[in-house]
Amino acid sequence: MNAERVTGVEWPAVQAGAPLVEMRNIRIAFGGVHAVEGVTVDVRAGEVVGLVGGNGAGKSTLMRALSGAHPPDSGEILIDGQVVPITNPRDAKALGIETIYQTLALADNIDAAGNMFLGRELRTRTGALDDDAMESATRKVIGRLNPRFKAFKRPVMSLSGGQRQSVAIARAVHFNARILIMDEPTAALGPAETAQVRTLIKQLKDDGIGIFLISHDIHDVFDLSDRISVMLHGKLVGTVRKADVTTDEVLAMIIMGKLPSEISEKDLAELHR
Amino acid sequence: MTEATGTVPESTREQAPRSLRGLLQALNLDTRLLGMVGALAVISIGFQILSGLTGPKHDIFSGTFLTAVNLYNLAQQSVSVGIMATGMVLIIVSRNIDLSIGSILGLTGYTMAMVQVIWIPKSLGLGFDQPYTWIIALAIGIALGAAIGAFQGFLIAYGKVPAFIVTLGGLLVWRGLVFEEQQGQTISPLDKTFQLLGGSPTASLGDVASWILGILACAGIVYSLIATRRKRRKYGFPVRPTWALGVLMALGCLAILGFVWIMNSYAWPPGLATQYAREHGITEPPGGLQIATGIAYPVIILIGVTLVMTYITTRRRFGRYVFAIGGNPDAAELGGINVRRTIMLTFVLIGILAAISGAVQSARLQAAVTSLGTQAELDVIAAAVIGGTSFSGGIGTIPGAVLGAVVMQSLRSGMLLLRVDSPIQDIVVGVVLVSAIAFDTYVRGRSAR
Repeated sequence: MNAERVTGVEWPAVQAGAPLVEMRNIRIAFGGVHAVEGVTVDVRAGEVVGLVGGNGAGKSTLMRALSGAHPPDSGEILIDGQVVPITNPRDAKALGIETIYQTLALADNIDAAGNMFLGRELRTRTGALDDDAMESATRKVIGRLNPRFKAFKRPVMSLSGGQRQSVAIARAVHFNARILIMDEPTAALGPAETAQVRTLIKQLKDDGIGIFLISHDIHDVFDLSDRISVMLHGKLVGTVRKADVTTDEVLAMIIMGKLPSEISEKDLAELHR
Repeated sequence: MTEATGTVPESTREQAPRSLRGLLQALNLDTRLLGMVGALAVISIGFQILSGLTGPKHDIFSGTFLTAVNLYNLAQQSVSVGIMATGMVLIIVSRNIDLSIGSILGLTGYTMAMVQVIWIPKSLGLGFDQPYTWIIALAIGIALGAAIGAFQGFLIAYGKVPAFIVTLGGLLVWRGLVFEEQQGQTISPLDKTFQLLGGSPTASLGDVASWILGILACAGIVYSLIATRRKRRKYGFPVRPTWALGVLMALGCLAILGFVWIMNSYAWPPGLATQYAREHGITEPPGGLQIATGIAYPVIILIGVTLVMTYITTRRRFGRYVFAIGGNPDAAELGGINVRRTIMLTFVLIGILAAISGAVQSARLQAAVTSLGTQAELDVIAAAVIGGTSFSGGIGTIPGAVLGAVVMQSLRSGMLLLRVDSPIQDIVVGVVLVSAIAFDTYVRGRSAR
């Protein structure tokens, strides 16, 4: 790398190979419990990084640091190679980081449009809510994701799991995200809707969005990811390129915390017992 | 209304409704609100019949509940609780509670009385009944209410002290301060202009102005319905069928003009009319001078508060955020909403509303007493809850709460007509409150399944 270039004006463009997002040495503790201990992960534009690990491995907590929901105790977050402060969800959104939470984070008593624009409402000249403009935009976005969605005027609590998921996804993709965090995006969905979400992820990736995908479904992760980062007990086991590993090797990382190079025949036999 | 049906999208093509449910769907009205109107009708007719049967004539036609004088008083008596109930909706919707509003009402009412009876005329030596006295007193009262609300709201939102505790403390502290301010004396007489806020036959609009207001309100309804429809159509959204629009306009205007008509049917009491005739050199016609009172000033205040609060709740970001917080506090936080500031503001708002109620109540009494607003919090919470505000958060409407206040007041006033003792009144109101909520919870549980 040429040092002069790094200080140049067109710094991000010149460093075309720099990660879109890099989380360095992130530490998060709840009371005395270390939920995330010195984890470093990154994602490039147009790349899907699968984040896997057992329950309590710290995947969601790590991503909550990136989305501003729970700022890290230490470590830094870089976007386009520059350190950025993310102390709350507004900071993250301003940087183009959108999140689809596992819980969906919907206000159940409010309709689809109200949820999609929550915190970013469209307003008329008098400062009043422009519900019609918001409904119109919502109909367009959700119509693309889920053509059968019709209940635009009802509180989302009366919707099916799949429809609610559509609202959460629509919210994340509507605001021109550069970075998308998807925490178990298909957990509540049936086979047809899951297929739709998979297509969507591929489409977003082609648009140059960097995606962190958390999933417990190893097949989902293998199908969609370019690289896979594995966490165990709050630590990063390692990051591997999908093309270089088998599902068994990733399973071994998840369960035993061993990298593919460290795995013996005996370990693999253990996995299938 | 000449809208070409050809432009109506296929799905909304006009069709006569086949059932009551279809009719309600086409009108797109809040069914819960309709239920309350129904309950109010049942209560009114019930008391009308009962008051006739127990009256001197012992028949069902001579009731005194549905008379102009009773309805006029009922409207006036609902004002204080109604004003505060609109604020209580936002408090309960965001999963909090305010037990202190009765005491805030007392303290602000008492302070406003001090301003106009002691501070301005005596301490500053400016004399009684100055043209500016009432507005200065009101401004000080509202500022005090807002400050108390801000203080309590700060402790709740930023200090994380439960609202129940903070406002329970407030209930004791603010009431205690009322006694400290002037050793518990009654403060009177209030400023003449200020007294108009309390309403009386002489502090009402009169018939002409009432009619004009009613007609303006009708025009407002018609305009807003058409404007909404035009906008929805511009975006290509489904709209109500034209006949439903017409029915809505007719119902709205009928309700408004009916209300004005009733208020105008109440004539000044004979003594007052005679005095007025004498003062203005009018010779009284046989049977006495008939002067229509029209809508009382405090009722206009309640209508204004209801409109403003409805606007804030449904058309401003603040209202949307209050509901989002009530529906899912985490989602609100993750959506980037400043949850703490929003919560604090709900308490500022109810502090202001309690001060307005304090002005209305003291003006009505023409004096400030230490018991002003005692136990108002209970009536206000009951009104909000009867009006459909859910204690689990996220659900409630401003017009519902105001109707809830009217329902509560109707029960009390009806029982008063039947000469039911005050303890029995309390028992009935308590039973009605709990039954209404139990019924509501049951219905909600069924429809959620």
